[in-house]
Amino acid sequence: MSPETPGADLSVGNVSVHFGGINALSSVSLTARAGEVTGLIGPNGAGKTTLFNVISGLQRPDRGQVHLGGRDITRLGPHRRARLGLARTFQRLELFGTLTSSDNVRVALEASRRTSGRPATGVLEKVGMEASADLLVSSLPTGAARLVELARALSIDPSVLLLDEPCSGLDERETAVLGDLLVSLAAEGRAVVLVEHDTDLVLRVCSTVHVLDFGEVIASGSPDEVRRDPAVQAAYLGQVAQDGGTP
Amino acid sequence: MSEFLSFTVLGIVFGAIYAITATGLVVTYTTTGVFNFAHGAVGMVAAFTYWQLWQAWHWPLLLALVVVLLVEAPLLGIAVEFVLMRRLYGASVDRSLMVTLGLLVILVGIATALWGSAEVIRSVPDFFENTTTGARPTIHLFGSNGVTIYLLQIVTVAVAGGIALGLRFFFRSLRLGIAMRAVVDDPELVAMSGADPFRISQMGWALGFFMAALAGVLLAPTLSTTGLSITQLTLLVVNGYAAAVVGRLRNLPLTFVGALALGLISEYAQAYLPGHVSENLLGVLPEVIPVAFLFLVLLVIPPARLAAAGRLPSTVPPRVASMGMSLAGSGAFVVAGCVLAAVIGATALATLSQGLALGIVGLSLVLLTGYAGQISLCQLTFMGVGAFAMGKLFGGASWWGMILAVVISGAVGALVALPAIRLRGLYLALATLAFGEAAFYAFFSNPSFIPVGQAVNVGRLPLPFVHGVSDRLEMGEVVVAAALCAWLVALIRRSRFGRRVVAMSDSPAAFATVGLSAVRTKVVVFAISAAMAGLGGIFYAGQQQGIGSDNVQFFDSLTLLLFVAIWGMRSVRGGILGGVTAAALPVLQTHLPASLADLTGLVAGVGIILLGRNPDGILGVPWLGGRLRVPFTGRGSSAPDLIKDVAHVS
Repeated sequence: MSPETPGADLSVGNVSVHFGGINALSSVSLTARAGEVTGLIGPNGAGKTTLFNVISGLQRPDRGQVHLGGRDITRLGPHRRARLGLARTFQRLELFGTLTSSDNVRVALEASRRTSGRPATGVLEKVGMEASADLLVSSLPTGAARLVELARALSIDPSVLLLDEPCSGLDERETAVLGDLLVSLAAEGRAVVLVEHDTDLVLRVCSTVHVLDFGEVIASGSPDEVRRDPAVQAAYLGQVAQDGGTP
Repeated sequence: MSEFLSFTVLGIVFGAIYAITATGLVVTYTTTGVFNFAHGAVGMVAAFTYWQLWQAWHWPLLLALVVVLLVEAPLLGIAVEFVLMRRLYGASVDRSLMVTLGLLVILVGIATALWGSAEVIRSVPDFFENTTTGARPTIHLFGSNGVTIYLLQIVTVAVAGGIALGLRFFFRSLRLGIAMRAVVDDPELVAMSGADPFRISQMGWALGFFMAALAGVLLAPTLSTTGLSITQLTLLVVNGYAAAVVGRLRNLPLTFVGALALGLISEYAQAYLPGHVSENLLGVLPEVIPVAFLFLVLLVIPPARLAAAGRLPSTVPPRVASMGMSLAGSGAFVVAGCVLAAVIGATALATLSQGLALGIVGLSLVLLTGYAGQISLCQLTFMGVGAFAMGKLFGGASWWGMILAVVISGAVGALVALPAIRLRGLYLALATLAFGEAAFYAFFSNPSFIPVGQAVNVGRLPLPFVHGVSDRLEMGEVVVAAALCAWLVALIRRSRFGRRVVAMSDSPAAFATVGLSAVRTKVVVFAISAAMAGLGGIFYAGQQQGIGSDNVQFFDSLTLLLFVAIWGMRSVRGGILGGVTAAALPVLQTHLPASLADLTGLVAGVGIILLGRNPDGILGVPWLGGRLRVPFTGRGSSAPDLIKDVAHVS
């Protein structure tokens, strides 16, 4: 498989969202480059999922733009963005719960003429879920269901892949395998954006990490730079820095 | 000028009553998370009890008011919470909606049993009326050329205003009010802070029922000339729905403004619409305006965001039948149906024939509501459109007429879907309700289209080599049509389009983020469903050789939906059985003693209690469904080994 638009970067410029009196995002700008895994970390409520919603079109920003491969997609609906090669998973699972794993993948494959002929099992194999092809996704444990969701996102052959906590529900070994998968997906030319609480994984697989706190980007850079940043240590990674990288 | 003032006063008074109704709906919704479709039925029961106590049993007025408003209504609310709603915490909108629709049917059933006889005109006078002279206290405004206002009207407006202000204070400033709002968001969190979420929710139901009863009691004197009517009182709440939707079911001040606007618009429209418009809609304008208002409001409110639902269904859906199985099932059904058609008696033949025609409409609901998750409360309207078109085209009994009538029904379905495309769940249900009501009053009850008390003649499909299709042959036709529709629904479910439809229902957010637009899917599924309902209508009308406004009432759309849900909304057999049940119960009722409460209501009551436990209805109950089902091979539901063999992934 090769991504829909190879080499497309995702960039977010000055995005702000407020809910009532709360600023969920204040002038957030960041870029995720094709061929890299970009990490997005921050404490609970920092605005990570809201940012994903803005990027994927489920939340309209009050201000700011989203660009995909240089094209302004801020005003496009979520399905139009997906057709341009933007895929995502959800922190709280959003599967087609009354369908089997393979039908979940099939619906996504059939959404585009380009991918509709491909077999669902091929995509499920990619995440190691081919054995569950005929099981209803609502009968799967959380970790397995997350992998089916990832497979569904991969079905549209995305150039940008947004993953919202894909490792919750997976054990250490499975997390390590998933980390390798993300690196290989990026190596195929995709921009992978990873929201994850497992900082160990983020620091291992990401080329660039952005740190969100109270809706603002407080630090951006390589994992090492971010780890040393005093503001980040104060807000989020304090423990990690003191323990020498082990959370 | 004085005419304008009188209409303004009337508009404000009706607006105030709508405001009380609408506020009650909003209160129930904000404190329990459930939109209570039975709100109007509660007000109706309260109005009738009020009549019973005060007028029939001659209790003192004040005592009757206290008993109705402060005892009956809150106790009923608490009972409903305890018996029905408590099982629904965390349930989907569709399920809770279905349960309140069932409650509506139960309450109407009870009321029909108690106050259904037409011999008595049950009218409730103004409470300020002088019982000996019959005089009503009034106030004159704006001099001799001005306007006369009854004291009751002033009190009504004052009560509505007082309630609006009082509730605002209660929910914003009082501990209990804040807790009641919090319970909807997170009952567990409220429980952790030391409050009992069930008790708080029970109070929400009690308060909502109190307000429904208050609106019923205030509406009662406005119907003093015609007497209280079960349907009219139950449906007057549609006016409240419209106002509540203006406030998006949350905002009390906006709801109040919406109610007043609706009251004024209704009165002005009746007074000032050009003659030829009001002539055509003579007598139905009061009913049409609120539903048209509701429909328009639904179209202009900002669309809900595609919020992620964040949950998976907790129940296993019925297994999708394979091609071979559904062919075998349809074949067996045709054989059994034709044997029955040859042997059963005339009454059973007519009932079963109509039941199967309704079963086709039930199948259209399985597709639309069961698979696509789009609740329709106007399916009988589509049925009526099909039957009406059949009757009017090519002499009323031809195959071409049937084909065209089915196409026309489908087109009407697509037309309803287009504006409703942005709406989901509750709002969609309300829009279809509004459409069904508007069609009923403006079209099916309109003498320009169907003469009063008459039906449009609809013939039966001619068969080759047969002169005049007999009742038994007609039943054979229905059996084959129902079998084909059942097979078609199963075929659609297995197809690419069927997967798409189910996916759209399961997670609209994920549906969009894999690159699919719900617009086309929704319009197509609405069109197919409406076309199928139209086909059902052709056979339904063919059996009784005509279609009239009585056949397309909102209430019957609702009971059919409930019966399909009771059998199993996501099952082809559920659709057929739901239709047969809807046709059979009224016939069974005639063989039962009159003292037994309305059978439809009774069955619906048992049904919704069951639905509260099992969303897939009777066919979804494991031990029962298993017996009613052709045995399947095991489904192998053991959990998989997670990433069992992952070495090849990287």
